[in-house]
Parts: sequence; structure tokens; C-alpha cells
Amino acid sequence: MSFPALPARPGLGLKPQHYAQIIADQPDLGFFEVHAENYMGEGGPPHRYLEAICENYPLSLHGVGLSIGGQGPLDRDHLERLRALNDRYQPASFSEHLAWSSHDEGYLNDLLPVPYTPQTLDRVVAHVDQVQQALGRPMLLENPSTYVLFAQSTIDEVDFLDAIATRTGCGLLLDVNNVMVSAVNHRLDPVAYIDRFPMHHVGEIHLAGYDETTDDAGDRLLIDAHGSRVRPDVFALYRHTIARTGPLPTLIEWDNDVPAFDVLMDEVRLVDAVLDAAPAQRLAS
Amino acid sequence: MNRLTTFALAASLTAALGGVAIAQDAMGGDAMAATEKCFGVALAGANDCAAGPGTTCAGTSTIDYQGNAWKAVPAGTCETMMLDGDRMGSLVALDRDLPMAS
Amino acid sequence: MTDEAQFVAALTDPTRAVPAGLVSPRGTTDAKRFAVYRNNVHVSLTAALAARFPVTRMVVGDDFFAGMARLHVGQTKPTTPVLLHYGDSFADFIAGFPPASELPYLPDLARLEAAWSDSYNAADIGGLSPTGLAAMAPETLADLSLALAPAARLISSAYPVGSIWSAHQQVPFVPPKQSGTEHVLLTRPQADVRLTIIPPAAAALLRALADGLTLGAAADAVFATHPDFDPGSALVGLAGLGAFAAPQQELSR
Repeated sequence: MSFPALPARPGLGLKPQHYAQIIADQPDLGFFEVHAENYMGEGGPPHRYLEAICENYPLSLHGVGLSIGGQGPLDRDHLERLRALNDRYQPASFSEHLAWSSHDEGYLNDLLPVPYTPQTLDRVVAHVDQVQQALGRPMLLENPSTYVLFAQSTIDEVDFLDAIATRTGCGLLLDVNNVMVSAVNHRLDPVAYIDRFPMHHVGEIHLAGYDETTDDAGDRLLIDAHGSRVRPDVFALYRHTIARTGPLPTLIEWDNDVPAFDVLMDEVRLVDAVLDAAPAQRLAS
Repeated sequence: MNRLTTFALAASLTAALGGVAIAQDAMGGDAMAATEKCFGVALAGANDCAAGPGTTCAGTSTIDYQGNAWKAVPAGTCETMMLDGDRMGSLVALDRDLPMAS
Repeated sequence: MTDEAQFVAALTDPTRAVPAGLVSPRGTTDAKRFAVYRNNVHVSLTAALAARFPVTRMVVGDDFFAGMARLHVGQTKPTTPVLLHYGDSFADFIAGFPPASELPYLPDLARLEAAWSDSYNAADIGGLSPTGLAAMAPETLADLSLALAPAARLISSAYPVGSIWSAHQQVPFVPPKQSGTEHVLLTRPQADVRLTIIPPAAAALLRALADGLTLGAAADAVFATHPDFDPGSALVGLAGLGAFAAPQQELSR
């Protein structure tokens, strides 16, 4: 399977407050991305708008609740909802997270961290296999942003993701903001992370803004907040990434304090400039 | 006893179809834009599953709101909703039928 | 070994210590780092309630709402990743929440808002129009069973919650003058949700039909309590609002 299936252009997260403007103005964009769980109602305005927008743009369906990194079995009802949504909209891409969010009967609405061990690797591989089988298509798995480390972890995150992609045939969604957030939080080198990342598996890139606080020791702690412009250091890391890979589909994620659509288009133009300056061919890796 | 014969029901319906609708539109006005007619009003922010983004640090309190420490009082529009010289909240059910709209 | 159960227990109970084995790069336990996850869970779910109950929030103010919602989130987690229905039990929580007791209309207002989002997300199924009603053979009317449209919701309250809701859709806010009982019907006659305050007899008819009574039996039941009831105008009005699903024979055409 080859990735990406989305055009190697900028994309935006689709927000309800922008539906009407998008339909009226038809902005020049490579794709739109939606959170799958927001379109799991049976009908109504959200589906009508999404159908209309899908007539003019490729769609990326991005799940936020499947809990692929969870200890327990995948929620079969939720997997079936995802299958139905994939069948209905036939998105160019489907992606989910290396994280967990459900335990027993409770859903916690956050992307919680997974320890990296041979046992958790086997479990995630089995879950990704199950998802791809249920949906009848390959998926992308996104690298997480994390705030704590597991003392029990024995595998490096990049190796963990590479192993999942190699064993399941899934692609990877490289969130460059998550790389920066985790690297700063865990005192790692973000450039080294990017340089080791298996780019031949990457089908999409995410960019977003982070917030900043401090931990108990007073050290910098970055929060993956999706509520502001992409920070300059993340943009520099993105430029470094694209110089290595060539153009890739690149999403601006802005989910909290969503601004006017024009502000999002300003971010799109910055991404466009990076993609235009990129080498036409991705380097072999 | 079935007071409403089939004939009466049909007659009542026929009369109504030529007359006025009973429904009173509380929103008033029908001047919806074409987009809204076709798609509906997009409900900004509603039902937004946005797991993934972390929240800003502002609420990173471990104490939060403990029930026994509750001191807040409602302080929104309820303060301005007065009826009959009284706070609307103090009204007991009047059980008054609304007039039929014409 | 840190397993999910320990993680979840510490996540939902702020008095618990950070689970062993969760560390900073210094190898130490770090409460502020773990608090980010606690915060994400509670703030994001509180925000989900704020999005579904915007008028309730305006009525009590942001601070009171945030505290009330935060307590509900602490007691009631979503049972599915689909948050469209998160907050279904929020109205009942408010009804049992002493600081909100001075606003006795608040639980019904929250019920109305929950119903509004249910209507917003309900299936798109063709309704029975007044024209469709007119096309029916008169002799079949009394035995007719009329199903409610998927987007139809009826909220009856001892308080004027429909007027309160409507007043908050306008800027600037003008306090409503209504008092007493209101029967509030939510429908999607076209694409958008429409809120209509309907007469008590029409509400009684709708409820009887929803309970499965035939049109004739439902109309009789309404006559028993509303002698002046005019079934024709009630039916035409309700059909015009999109309250009824199209009957089977109309769907198969």
C-alpha cells in the first residue's frame, strides 16, 4: 500500500461555524478533515453540510475515540459506526491515534498515553489489524503528544510506530506539533526524532499550536492545545521535515477558540509556501 | 362512546386545510437564508468531539469544585427574568392553558 | 506496572496520588504533569456540556455553569466516544442540585436543550405534509396511526421554557414576559430545528398518537379533557411543522 492518498497540499479541520462560508467561497484547499465522532448522528445539518463540502474537496476522516492503544478489546459498536461512516463518505484517508480513551464502560475524552513494551506493541498491532479488516482499507496511525513517561517502557516511540506500520501495513500520521510537545516535555531532540522517523510510511502531517506551562520542577511543559497559530519552532521543524520528504498532505488543526476562517487561510498560505519550496520528489528513506 | 365520527374528523380536517394553522411560531419570522433552508443552521461548537487537543493550563486545578465547598450563586440572565414583580424562579406552576393562536 | 485501572482511578479522583511508574524525564513522579490529563478530561467534558446547553449556561452565568457541569462530569462519564448524547442525564442532575433549586424551571430548560440537539441530529426522513394529509381517503382517517417524525420532540413544562429559550436566541436579551405551563414542540420541517409553543390540546393529541393510539381514539381522548378541541386544525398545524413521519404507503410511492 502506498501513502498518501490525500493530495500533497494544505488542508483544514472542518468546523461548523465555517460551513456556510466554505460553501459560498470555495477556498483553494487540498482537503478537509473532520473528527469522525462528530458525524455519528443519524442526520441533520452536519451531514448535509459535509455531503455538500465532499462534492468539492477530498475528505480525511480522523477518529478520536477508538482507543486503539487500550488494554481491552476494541469497542465493536464504535468500530461498526466507523465502518458505516467510511462506507458513506468514502474518505481519501482514515486515521486514528496511538492512544487510549476508554476503560470498561467509561469514555474519558482525552488521548491517554500507552507504555511502549513488546506486549503493548502486540496489542496495538492486533487492534490496527482488526480496524483495517473491519473497514476494508488501510489506516494511518498518529504519533501522540505526551506529558508523562512510563518507567516500564522499553521501546523507543519511533521504533514502536515503525514496527506497527511494518507489521500491519498501516501508514503513519506525523503530527509535527506532537513531536515538539513530547520532545520538549521529555528532554529529547525533536530534529533527531524527525530524522529517525520512517517517512516512507507517512500519509499525512498535522500542525497545530501548543500552550506552555511548567512542571513540578519548574521546567517547560508544553500542552498540545490546538487553540492558536502554529508556533515558529514547530514551523521550523515542519520545514525541516518537508525538505526531507518532499510535499505531503498537511493539516492545520485548530479545535479550541476556533478563529475566523480567514485566520486559518493565513496559516494555509504559510504551509503552501513550505510545500512550494520543497523538492518535488520525496527522498528514498 | 366514540364522539368523533369518521365524518366529523374528515370535516374538521377539510375545514382546517382551507383555514389557518394553529401553530404559533415562537421564533417568529420565516426569513431564513437559502443556505439555511437547504442545510440548516450550523451549530457552532455543539457536540464537538475534539479529543486530541489538550486544554489550556487555566483549569489545571486538582481541587476543582468540591460539593461541600460550593458557594456560587446563579449570576446570568436569571437575574433579569422577573415576572409579576417576582422572580420567575419562585413561580409555582400556574397550569394556565395558553390561548389558541389564530 | 501501571495499568489502565490505576490510571483511570487517579484521573477521576483528584485526591489520589499519581500512579507509580508514571514519571518525568528526571525519573520522578510529577503531579503537575499528571494534572494535565486530569484537566483535559474534565475541561473537555465540561465544554461538551456547555456546547449542548448554551441557554442553561446563559441563564446561570459562566461560573455557576462551569461548577455545576464539573460536578456532573465528576459523577457521570460518557459511555461512548460519540458525545452527541453526552449530557442526557444533566437535567436530572440539575433537578437534584440544591444550589440551582431557586430556579425551578432550570431542569426543564436543560431537558429542552437536550431535546433540541437530539432533534438537530435526528435522521432525515420525509415527513407527512398537510398536502399528504389532504390526499388521504376520509374514511381511513379515524383508523390511521401516525408516527412522530424522528426529529420531533415534545417538552411539556410547568414553566415557560419555550419562551425562555426563544428569548435567549436574540441579541440583546430581552426577558420573556410569559409565565406558567408551556408545551414546546421541536421539529425539523426543512433543514433546521424549529421551536414552536403549541396549545395544550395539540400537545395532548401528539402524545396520544405517540403512544400508539389511532387518530380517532387519540382525538376522542383529547376531547375528554379539551371539549373545544378542533382536531383538523391541530393536525394541519402539526403536519405543517413536520411533526409526523410519512405513513408507510406514502414512503413506498
